[in-house]
Amino acid sequence: FTKRKLDDDTLQDLEDILIQADLGVETAMTITERLADGRYNKEVSGEEVQKILADEVNAVLEPVAKPLEISSRDDGSPHVILMIGVNGAGKTTTIGKLAQKFNAEGKSVMLAAGDTFRAAAIDQLKVWGQRTNSPVVAREVGSDAAGLAFDAMTEAKEQGRDILMIDTAGRLQNRTELMAELEKIVRVIKKHDESAPHSVLLVLDATTGQNALNQVEIFSKIAGVTGLVMTKLDGTARGGILVAISAKHKMPVHFIGVGEGVEDLEPFKSEDFARAIAGLAE
Amino acid sequence: MFDSLSDRLSGIFDKLSKRGALSESDVNAALREVRRALIEADVALDVVRSFTEQVKEKAVGVEVIKSVSPAQMVVKLVHDQLVEMLGSEGQVIDLNTPAPVPIMMVGLQGSGKTTSTAKIALRLQTRDKKKVLMASLDTRRPAAQEQLRVLGEQNGIETLPIVEGEGPTQIANRAMNAGRLGGFDVVMLDTAGRIHIDEPLMVEMAEVRKVANPHEILLVADSLTGQDAVNVAKSFDERVGITGIVLTRVDGDGRGGAALSMRAVTGKPIKLLGVGEKADALEEFHPERVAGRILGM
Ligand SMILES: Nc1nc2c(ncn2[C@@H]2O[C@H](COP(=O)(O)OP(=O)(O)OP(=O)(O)O)[C@@H](O)[C@H]2O)c(=O)[nH]1
Ligand SMILES: Nc1nc2c(ncn2[C@@H]2O[C@H](COP(=O)(O)OP(=O)(O)OP(=O)(O)O)[C@@H](O)[C@H]2O)c(=O)[nH]1
Ligand SMILES: [K+]
Ligand SMILES: [Mg+2]
Ligand SMILES: [Mg+2]
Repeated sequence: FTKRKLDDDTLQDLEDILIQADLGVETAMTITERLADGRYNKEVSGEEVQKILADEVNAVLEPVAKPLEISSRDDGSPHVILMIGVNGAGKTTTIGKLAQKFNAEGKSVMLAAGDTFRAAAIDQLKVWGQRTNSPVVAREVGSDAAGLAFDAMTEAKEQGRDILMIDTAGRLQNRTELMAELEKIVRVIKKHDESAPHSVLLVLDATTGQNALNQVEIFSKIAGVTGLVMTKLDGTARGGILVAISAKHKMPVHFIGVGEGVEDLEPFKSEDFARAIAGLAE
Repeated sequence: MFDSLSDRLSGIFDKLSKRGALSESDVNAALREVRRALIEADVALDVVRSFTEQVKEKAVGVEVIKSVSPAQMVVKLVHDQLVEMLGSEGQVIDLNTPAPVPIMMVGLQGSGKTTSTAKIALRLQTRDKKKVLMASLDTRRPAAQEQLRVLGEQNGIETLPIVEGEGPTQIANRAMNAGRLGGFDVVMLDTAGRIHIDEPLMVEMAEVRKVANPHEILLVADSLTGQDAVNVAKSFDERVGITGIVLTRVDGDGRGGAALSMRAVTGKPIKLLGVGEKADALEEFHPERVAGRILGM
């Protein structure tokens, strides 16, 4: 844009930018309305408009940008992180990246191969275990994921590990039998330690559109999601559904994934995210 | 979660003229709701625009017949236009070339390529009595080759033995040779996931295509994809010339507007739908069903 009036046409263009970033109609409209408030029909430069747009998006995201807190536990039991989400979102890879990060912070990590279903899912996690020098608790393919999680908790406690990360099989939130299985995993974890799982991280794929809202709602109901990780932001998808999710659920967002490598995990920074949505270069 | 388009349109038309032909202002009001419904179903904005233009052309001036309401009339026009744009059904995998027929699977990370490779191989083997060899060219993702090997073992489909240290083009070469020597009808090439702006990986994909000269190049895409679907489909099509689209996770509760987006920007047919994680969870594409779902009907 060059200098132009903040009129209906301009506002429609701004709304379109937001829609193309996957914010959805409702959230896009709310944000452009807020943007127009007090500025309607004023002259603004193109860059200014995008900056204001980024500011409005940031206003929604800033309250949810929260680091992942790891509790220090005095009874020697680990901080348990349960990784959940739909198929292919990036759960296993994110566990690998997190293991690297925790190691670098001097925390000892253990991984549990809770995806006992998908072909070679256990081997995939084992490779991440090797890469990050983290022991992996695994059972044979087809065994009960909840039982595996329980055993891993015993083992992590015995070894005095700081953090246990439990991988799970991907599941679509409308598949009730698979969601019941997830509910059972949480229930069995609680039998071991009433306060666990201490973090339940829902992994969202940035290329996903409006369905991510359903994912947050149903996974939260079943498994008590405590925070979000958004992956695959190294592409052209902007992940704007996160704005709609934040507006509606105020769910903390901890990390973003920006590649397939072990270091490709960054803390979620609302300002950068908002600027990218508004189409401003980093 | 969403009101169905019919309900919304009835609400609109209640306030508008109910008799005679659909006026331009009636249609415009209705199309605002259609636009919204399509965006909520994840149809890409540019595609929504051209879609509503086409519906408008057809709708203005149409006589509303007595037996239906104007809302029903517009819903039908929208539905028919969706079906038309989604394309015809029954576009099966084309094997009409000397054996072994190479089929290459491409797409973003985690879209469902490896699973769909096994599904298609199983279908060709059991339904069409073809002898199929599968090869994984994914030397990057941990245990990716092992994943395809296990799927082969579980479903009785042969896989190319894994040789450490080979690159994707070398594996493609070896697969085609093994396909010829072993008397296979079809060779399925599963490739690593890649993001469409990752230049080295897009180049690598084009090199694999040169080596294998695939008869089918199928873009495997998640039906839950949002607005990015157009960028993905366009980029993959430009770089390798896809011959069709396989949509996965259709067993989810997404509205699946990405199907329309990808079809519209590439003009390539949607060939198959993945409807689950198991190897037999593969269905043929029916435009009416997908159209109905996009409209929440
Ligand atoms: N480009 C990119 N790829 C990613 C990112 N995170 C994960 N991936 C890739 O996405 C694909 C799926 O990742 P996984 O970690 O296997 O996903 P998952 O959720 O464990 O998958 P399932 O267990 O099969 O449900 C792999 O190819 C990963 O390398 C990311 O941030 N960026
Ligand atoms: N529910 C459902 N899950 C599917 C479908 N197709 C694939 N999946 C699952 O999606 C996840 C990713 O599938 P893969 O076949 O590994 O995907 P990919 O494209 O090969 O992944 P990368 O090689 O890592 O890029 C796995 O958990 C599959 O079981 C489908 O149609 N429905
Ligand atoms: K995906
Ligand atoms: Mg996994
Ligand atoms: Mg794969």
